[in-house]
Amino acid sequence: MSTSARKASRAQSLFAPDLLKAAAGRAVIMLRPDHLWKNPVMFVVEVGTALSILYTVVKAVNPDSTQATLGYLVALDFWLVATVLFANFAEALAEARGKAQADALRKTKQATPAFRRDSGGVFRETVSTDLTEGDFVAVEAGQVIPADGEIVEGVAAVDESAITGESAPVIREAGGDRSGVTGGTRVLSDRIVVRVTVKQGESFLDRMIALVEGAKRQRTPNEIALSIVLAAFTLIFLIVTATLYPLALYAEGYTGNVGLGTDIPTLVALLVCLIPTTIGALLSAIGIAGMDRALRANIIAKSGKAVEVAGDVDTLLLDKTGTITMGNRRATRFVPFGESSASDVGRLATLASVADETPEGKSVVELFRKMPGVNLSSVDATAGATFVPFAAQTRMSGIDRRDGPSIRKGATDAVTKYAQAAGGTLPSGLKEQVDAVASQGATPLLVCEGNRVAGMIVLEDILKPNIRERFERLRKMGLRTVMVTGDNPLTAKSIAAQAGVDDYIAEATPEAKLAYIRKEQAAGKLVAMMGDGTNDAPALAQADVGVAMNSGTQAAKEAGNMVDLDSDPTKLIEVVEVGKQLLMTRGALTTFSVANDVAKYFAIVPALFAGTLPQLKTLDFMNLTSPTSAILSAVIFNALVIPCLIPVALKGVTYRPVGADALLRRNLLVWGLGGVVAPFVGIKLIDLILTLVRAV
Amino acid sequence: MWILPLLVIGLAAGLAVPLGRAMARALDRPADNALERAFDTGPQSWKGYCLALLAFNAVAFVIGFGLLATQHLLPLNPDGKTALAPTTIFNTAASFLTNTNLQHYSGEVHLSYFSQLFFIAWKQFVTPAIGLGALLAVIRGLRGDKHLGNFTLDVWRGVAYVFLPLSLIVGLLLILGGVPMTLEGAVEVTTLEGAKQTISRGPVAAIVAIKQLGTNGGGFFGANSAHPFENPSAWTNLLECVCILLVPMACVVMFGRMVRGNGQATVIFNVMMAFLVAFTVWAIVTDTMSPNPGLSGLPLDQSSGNLEGKELRFGPSAGATWAAATTVTSNGSVNCMHDSLNPLAGLTPLSGMWINCAFGGVGVGLINFLVYLIVAVFLAGLMVGRTPEYLGKKVEAREVKLAMLALLVHPLLILIPTGIASVSKWGTDATNNPGPHGLSEMLYEFTSASANNGSGFEGLGDTVGTAEDAANPEKAESNGRAVVWDLATGLVMLIGRFVPIIAPIALAASLAAKKPTPFTAGTLRTDTLTFALVLVGTIVLVGALLFLPVAALGPIAEHLSFTTN
Repeated sequence: MSTSARKASRAQSLFAPDLLKAAAGRAVIMLRPDHLWKNPVMFVVEVGTALSILYTVVKAVNPDSTQATLGYLVALDFWLVATVLFANFAEALAEARGKAQADALRKTKQATPAFRRDSGGVFRETVSTDLTEGDFVAVEAGQVIPADGEIVEGVAAVDESAITGESAPVIREAGGDRSGVTGGTRVLSDRIVVRVTVKQGESFLDRMIALVEGAKRQRTPNEIALSIVLAAFTLIFLIVTATLYPLALYAEGYTGNVGLGTDIPTLVALLVCLIPTTIGALLSAIGIAGMDRALRANIIAKSGKAVEVAGDVDTLLLDKTGTITMGNRRATRFVPFGESSASDVGRLATLASVADETPEGKSVVELFRKMPGVNLSSVDATAGATFVPFAAQTRMSGIDRRDGPSIRKGATDAVTKYAQAAGGTLPSGLKEQVDAVASQGATPLLVCEGNRVAGMIVLEDILKPNIRERFERLRKMGLRTVMVTGDNPLTAKSIAAQAGVDDYIAEATPEAKLAYIRKEQAAGKLVAMMGDGTNDAPALAQADVGVAMNSGTQAAKEAGNMVDLDSDPTKLIEVVEVGKQLLMTRGALTTFSVANDVAKYFAIVPALFAGTLPQLKTLDFMNLTSPTSAILSAVIFNALVIPCLIPVALKGVTYRPVGADALLRRNLLVWGLGGVVAPFVGIKLIDLILTLVRAV
Repeated sequence: MWILPLLVIGLAAGLAVPLGRAMARALDRPADNALERAFDTGPQSWKGYCLALLAFNAVAFVIGFGLLATQHLLPLNPDGKTALAPTTIFNTAASFLTNTNLQHYSGEVHLSYFSQLFFIAWKQFVTPAIGLGALLAVIRGLRGDKHLGNFTLDVWRGVAYVFLPLSLIVGLLLILGGVPMTLEGAVEVTTLEGAKQTISRGPVAAIVAIKQLGTNGGGFFGANSAHPFENPSAWTNLLECVCILLVPMACVVMFGRMVRGNGQATVIFNVMMAFLVAFTVWAIVTDTMSPNPGLSGLPLDQSSGNLEGKELRFGPSAGATWAAATTVTSNGSVNCMHDSLNPLAGLTPLSGMWINCAFGGVGVGLINFLVYLIVAVFLAGLMVGRTPEYLGKKVEAREVKLAMLALLVHPLLILIPTGIASVSKWGTDATNNPGPHGLSEMLYEFTSASANNGSGFEGLGDTVGTAEDAANPEKAESNGRAVVWDLATGLVMLIGRFVPIIAPIALAASLAAKKPTPFTAGTLRTDTLTFALVLVGTIVLVGALLFLPVAALGPIAEHLSFTTN
C-alpha cells in the first residue's frame, strides 16, 4: 500500500462509527468532577448544571419556589448536561483517534521469536519481550526484527512498511548512517546482527504508542497561556452573572414584579453562555489533534511542545540533496573541444564510465544512450581493457584499452595535468569554457583520449519541480531557508540562486551546521533542521526543531525531537505548517467563542428582565418568541456549536501562506465577525424551531 | 455645537505632539545635574521600582491623613475650618493619593487654605508624576531595558519638568481669565436685595491648573468647574478642557519616541482617539441634541437639548464635551451635573470609565491600554500561527497571567460593590432616586472610584463632613450610610490604583528579560489598521461587554422607561 493510500485509509477511519461510539461512551465517564476540574471552563459549567438540577428538583417538590415552569427548567438542565457531554465527546473523539492509530502500531509489537547471542557466542532462540539493552540478536531473511537497535554486522533489505506505510524496502547496513533498525520491521534479504539499544518497554514504538494515545500528553506553553486567559474570562463572567442576582432583586424591589432575573437556573444558563465554553470544550481536542495531524504526515513528535514550536520557526536548514535537488548531480550535456563532436565526447565519456558505479558515472552512460543517432555498439568494445577506478589521489577514473589510447575523465585540473604530462596541448578556450560552466553552478569534468583533451562533461544538479514556488511560499510564511551542501561555495551560490533560497552553507561540515544554528539562535531565531547521520546529532539537538529521518542512526533519532517515518527531507515544511495550524486553530476558536457573547447578551438580558423591566424588550433585536424560548435558544446554540466545530478542532483551521497580515484579516473576518454574526442567526433559527415545535 | 469639541480635541492633539517629544527628551535620560543625582538612588529592577513606589505612597498617605486630621490646628485658615470626620479623612486621603479626587466633602465648606495648598495641590502635583513614573518603567521594560529606571528621579522630573511649568502657564492664563488667586478669606457682601452673602474665594487658579493638567479633577469648590470662580467663561472652559486631554495624549507620543516606534504609537493614539470621538459624539447627540425626556409633554422649548444641570455660559455642547473628556481620561472634574445628563448620555461617562484607557489617567491610562494590547496581541498572534509577540518579545503564560490580573481587578471592583450596595440599606437609602436612576448613581460611584476618575454622578448621600457633623445625633442615620460609602470607595480606589500599576510593571519586566525575536513576514504587525481593529474589538468585548447587563439595568432601562411609557 502506498503512503498516500494508507493516509487516505487513516483519514477515512477518523469519523468511523466505532470511534464515535467509543467516544460517546467515554464522554459520559468523563463527567466525573475529578476529571473535569482540570478544565476550569467546563468545570464551572458542570457545577452550574448541578446547581440548576438541584433547583429543578426543588421546583418539582415545591411548585412555588420560582417563577420558571418545570418544563423550562428540565429543558434547560438537559441542554446544560449536553454542553458538558459535547465537550467531553470532543476530547474523547480526539483521544479515540489517537488510540486507533496506537492500536494499529501496537499490532506490530507482538512478541516475536528472537535469536540472542549467549555468552558462548551462540545464537539461541528466545522471545522479543525478553530482550534488553546490549543484547545481540541475529535476524535472517523473512524474520521480524525483535527490538530497536543498530546493525553491527551485515547488510539487509528491510521492509519498514509497518511503521512508515512505505512498501518499497530500504537498505540497512552496519556502520555509517543507515545502521538503525526498528523493532517490528521485517528483514527481506540477507542476515544481520543487531545490537539492541533500548530497554524493554522503552522502544521507539512504545514511546510512539504512548504519545499518540495522549497518555503522556503535557500541556504546551501556548496552551497554558490560553488556559489562563480562559480561566480569567470565566472568573469575570462568573462575577458579572453573580452580581446580576442582587441587581435583579433591586429591580424587583422597586417595580414589584418578579422575573427570571432571580431564577438561579436561568442565571446559570447566562453564565454558561457567556464563559468561553466553545474553546474550553475543544482546547484539549485541538492539542491532541495537532499531534495526530503530525502523525498523519508520518511524523512522530516526541512532545506536543515540539509541534507547537515548529509554528514559530524562523529558519529552516535544508539539505540540498533530496530537498532542493533530485538526488545527485547528473550529466546534462557533452561539450566538444577542437574537431571532436558531442557524440565523440559522449562515446569516450561512456567508455570511461562503463565500470563507474557512482550515480554520476551512470548518468553519463544514460545521457549518451539518449543521444539521437548514437551507435551503442561503439561502446561495447571494452574487451581486454583495464578499468581504472576513481581514486582520491588522481581524482580521475577511466579505462586503459588494448586497441587504442587510454581514456580518462575527471576533475579539470587533474585531467589537464594528465594530458600535459603525456605531451598533449590544451585546446584553446578550454579554461574559459570550464569557468563558464563552473560559474553556473554546474560541475565540469574533462574527458581525454591519450594526451588529447576531447571535451567536457557537464554535471548539473536538477532542481526539484516547483521548488522555487515552494520557497516563495515559505518566505511569505516568514521563514528563511538555508541550503546545506557539501559543494564548493561557487556551485552552492549558483544553486542557491536558482532555487531561490535565502542563504546557503557551502562545504558544510557538521560543525559548520552547528555553528550556523547557534548564530541564528543568538539572533533570537528558532531553527529547524533535518538530519540522519550520527554526526548530525549535535546539530539536531541544538536546533529548536530537529527532525531525524527514520532511516538514520539511533543517535540522530535520539537527538531530534521529531522523527520522520518517510525519511523525506521536504517534510520540514509540513511540520511548520502543522505547528502554525495548531496555534491558529486555538486563536480562531477563542475569538469565535468570545465574539459569540454579543448576540447571547442581546438574547438573554432582555429575557432575564422581561417580567421586571418590560421596557428592555427593545434590546431584543432578534425579536424572540418568549423569554424562556430566548434563553433556551441561546443555551442550545451554545451547546450545539461545540459538536459543529469538532471537525474544525480536529482538522485545524486552513493555513495559507499569505503572510501574517493577510492571515489575520482573513481569520478576523471568518472567526471574529463570523463569531459576532453567527449566533444572531443561529439563536433566531433555534427560537423559530422551538416555537414551531410548541405549536405542533 | 461641534466647534467646541473640534477645538478641544484638535488643540489638545496638536499640542500633545511637541509636548510628548519634549517629555521623552526630559524624562528619559541619565541624571545630569546635582539635584537629579541627589534624587537618583540608582537603577531599579521591577521589584525595586514597585517597592519604592509603594513606600513613597505609604508615607504620602500617612502625611496626607495627618494634614487633614490636624487642619484646624494648622495655619492659613482664615475662615476657621474645623476638624473633619475620620472616615471623610480616610476617604479623602485615599482619593487624593490615588489620583482619583473623589470628593466626599465640599472644598469651600470643609477645607482650610493650608489643606487646599499643602494637601490637595501637593497630591495633585505628585500623584500624576507617580503615574507617569510607572508608565516610564513599563515603557523601559517593553523596549527591553535591563533596569526600569529610578522611581524618585522619575517623580522629581515629572513634577519639575512637566507639571510645574505647565501649571504655571495655565495658572497665569486662568488668572487672566478671571479666576481668583488669593490667601484672603471669604468676603461678606450685602446683595442688592439687602441680604448678606458669604462669597468663598482663595488660591483657586493654582489648584484649578494642576487639577486639569494632572488628571486630578478635585476642585477648589464643591461645584468644581461649574463654579464661576473655577471656570468663569467660555474661554477658560476651552482652556481647561484642553488641559484635561493634554498630558494623557502626550504620554502616547512619548511612548512612540521612547520605543522608537512611532507607528506603534500612532495606532494606539488613533484607537484611543476613536473612543474619545465616539463617546463625545454619543454624549452630544443624546444630550445636547435630544430633549430631556423627564420634561416631555410640558410646554417647553427643548430645541437646545437637555439644559438641566448645565452652565450655558460655556456653550450648548460644553457639558457633553467635558463629560466625555473628563471620563475617558481619569480626570473627573466636571462643568455640568452628570446626574442630570439624559439617561443615554450618562452612558458616555460610564463607558469612558469602564474601559479607562482612551488616553486615561496620566501614565496609567496608557498602562491600562497596553494591558488590553497584550491581550489583543495574544489572541491575534495565535490567529497568525505564531507564539504571540509584542515589540519583538514573546507573550507567554506569565505575561498573560499578569495582564489578566490587571484587567480583572477593574470590573470586579465595580460590579461586586455595586451588587452589594443594591441590596443593602446603606446603598439604596443613600440614593436620591429609587429605580434605575438610583442604580446608576451607585454604579457610577464605584465606577468612578475604581477607574480612579473621581467625578461624581452626585445625588448620592455619601458625605459625613466635619467631626461635628459626625457627632450630630440628628444625622446619625445618614452618617451611618456615608461612613460605609467612605470606607468602601476608599478601599476600591486604593486597590484600583495599585494592582493595575504593579502587575503591568512586572509584566514589562518579564518581557524585558526575554531574548528579542527578529521580525519576519510571519510576525504579527502591531502598527497596522488591521491590528487597530483588533484592539478596538478587544477593548469593546473584554472591557465594555462585561458591563452590558448593568448598563441595561441602569441608564438604558431608565431611558426606555421614558420612551415606552
